[in-house]
Amino acid sequence: MKKQLSQNMGFGFLFLCIGTALFFLGSIIYFIAIRGFRILSWDFITQVPREAMTAGGVAPAIVGTLYLTMGAIIVALPLGVACAIYLTEYSPKSFVVNIIRMSINNLAGVPSVVFGLFGLAIFVKLFGFGVSILAGCCTLGILVLPQIISASQEALLAVPQSYREASLALGATHWQTIRSTVLPAALPGILTGVILSIGRVAGETAPILFTAATFYTRGYPSSIFSEVMALPYHIYALMTEGTHPQEQTQIAYGCALILLALVLAISAAAIIIRQRHRKSYEQ
Amino acid sequence: MSNKTKIKVQNVNFYYGKSCALKNISMDIFENQVTAIIGPSGCGKSTYIRMFNRMNDLIPRTRFEGNIHLDGEDIYKPRVDIVDIRRRVGMVFQKPNPFPKSIYDNISYGLKVNGMKDKGAIEERVVQSLKDAAIWEEVKDRLHDSALGLSGGQQQRLCIARCLAVKPEVILFDEPAASLDPISTKKIEELIEELRKEYTIVIVTHNMQQAARISQYTVFLYLGKLIEYEPTDELFTVPKNKMTEDYLTGKFG
Repeated sequence: MKKQLSQNMGFGFLFLCIGTALFFLGSIIYFIAIRGFRILSWDFITQVPREAMTAGGVAPAIVGTLYLTMGAIIVALPLGVACAIYLTEYSPKSFVVNIIRMSINNLAGVPSVVFGLFGLAIFVKLFGFGVSILAGCCTLGILVLPQIISASQEALLAVPQSYREASLALGATHWQTIRSTVLPAALPGILTGVILSIGRVAGETAPILFTAATFYTRGYPSSIFSEVMALPYHIYALMTEGTHPQEQTQIAYGCALILLALVLAISAAAIIIRQRHRKSYEQ
Repeated sequence: MSNKTKIKVQNVNFYYGKSCALKNISMDIFENQVTAIIGPSGCGKSTYIRMFNRMNDLIPRTRFEGNIHLDGEDIYKPRVDIVDIRRRVGMVFQKPNPFPKSIYDNISYGLKVNGMKDKGAIEERVVQSLKDAAIWEEVKDRLHDSALGLSGGQQQRLCIARCLAVKPEVILFDEPAASLDPISTKKIEELIEELRKEYTIVIVTHNMQQAARISQYTVFLYLGKLIEYEPTDELFTVPKNKMTEDYLTGKFG
């Protein structure tokens, strides 16, 4: 009887915890959806802002966020996967490599505003990209690099050793083995890392504050050296600047809803790609 | 029996870290013969067979001493082409390990990594290898299905076909039937008997009856030492060493 009771109490406690977590998650989505929907319209997602940000749409910010997110992944994915391959497949298991590995993990804990300053100093000033999409993509790319490296490393380590042995035993070189056997098997895991990074990149404000974002542009960016509007920064600007807080707050909620939907949509696309790959690869 | 030496092993020692896994082994492996390696678990059978295609190189902190010659060429000399050695000395592993690719791609993989480009020639070799491994009839209608959908015994024969495709000279079998049912095991044994005509075969087995059935030579290893190496019918009927006799009669093992 006593055993039963303590078991029920245990379950009850766990249930309470998950309930609390779900409650907050649900209420965030609920509030943003309720307030965002009020302003949401076709014009809102296809028009440029008008009348000092109190009317019109936020299309340039949507486009800007899409550019920045994709650009960051284009920068970080090849670099991160290559680093992970080196660390798991090639590097000797030495003290130095362990230090490198630890440094990468620590890099993931650096506050994002520090990456923003770094991007300003390196990409904007030193490389002369100016405040631009390119500088923003590079900064965001460096920001998610550690995440993509660790996810790729995990994925590579999870590939059974027997695949590597089978390939090598057939007279494949180390590189052929990695390219034709290990990488395809690790791809779903790597993509999972990418999906998580997408959410992070799309929502980051601090790294683009000094490197890419601008409060207002009349139209769409014309090249990778243009400044852009971006949803997270736009929300920040609407809530802290300007002279019409009433209207601006509404627009900010609209932006938040679109940002949520955008991240969800990109993630969903990546998940579908991953599932397809898994299917074609395994069955 | 032909007595041409295919692999010559001289004074081989092998260490995992500081512990010595194989102690001063010397023996000749003969061409077109099946040589079985028997012995209790942990005696170094798998370590030994994995030296012939340098698979042990993948394990960190190991050390090799001695000489192994394949057709007179030292396969452990510095700057030897390990990739080429591994093509010439194929291997079938204990657990079937097909790639998570289609049946066809599993076989063509070895051809492609070895530089074969002609699609027609690849296809021909794929079909031939599957036939030689006695699995063609079972898979010919689903060559482009995943290899992981095959049964364990079929997967193992697919792995044999994959190995045959790159035309090795020697095939190493590391307990190829350990995870298979009796019927699949019988098929693999018949196949090995057939393959002997064209290849030199070395097989590790836990199963003494299997060694007696399929091999011409048998070597008995115990605690990393070569205890006895004789033609199979002699070793099983009149073992010269007391330890071999005790092992064969089940006094330990």
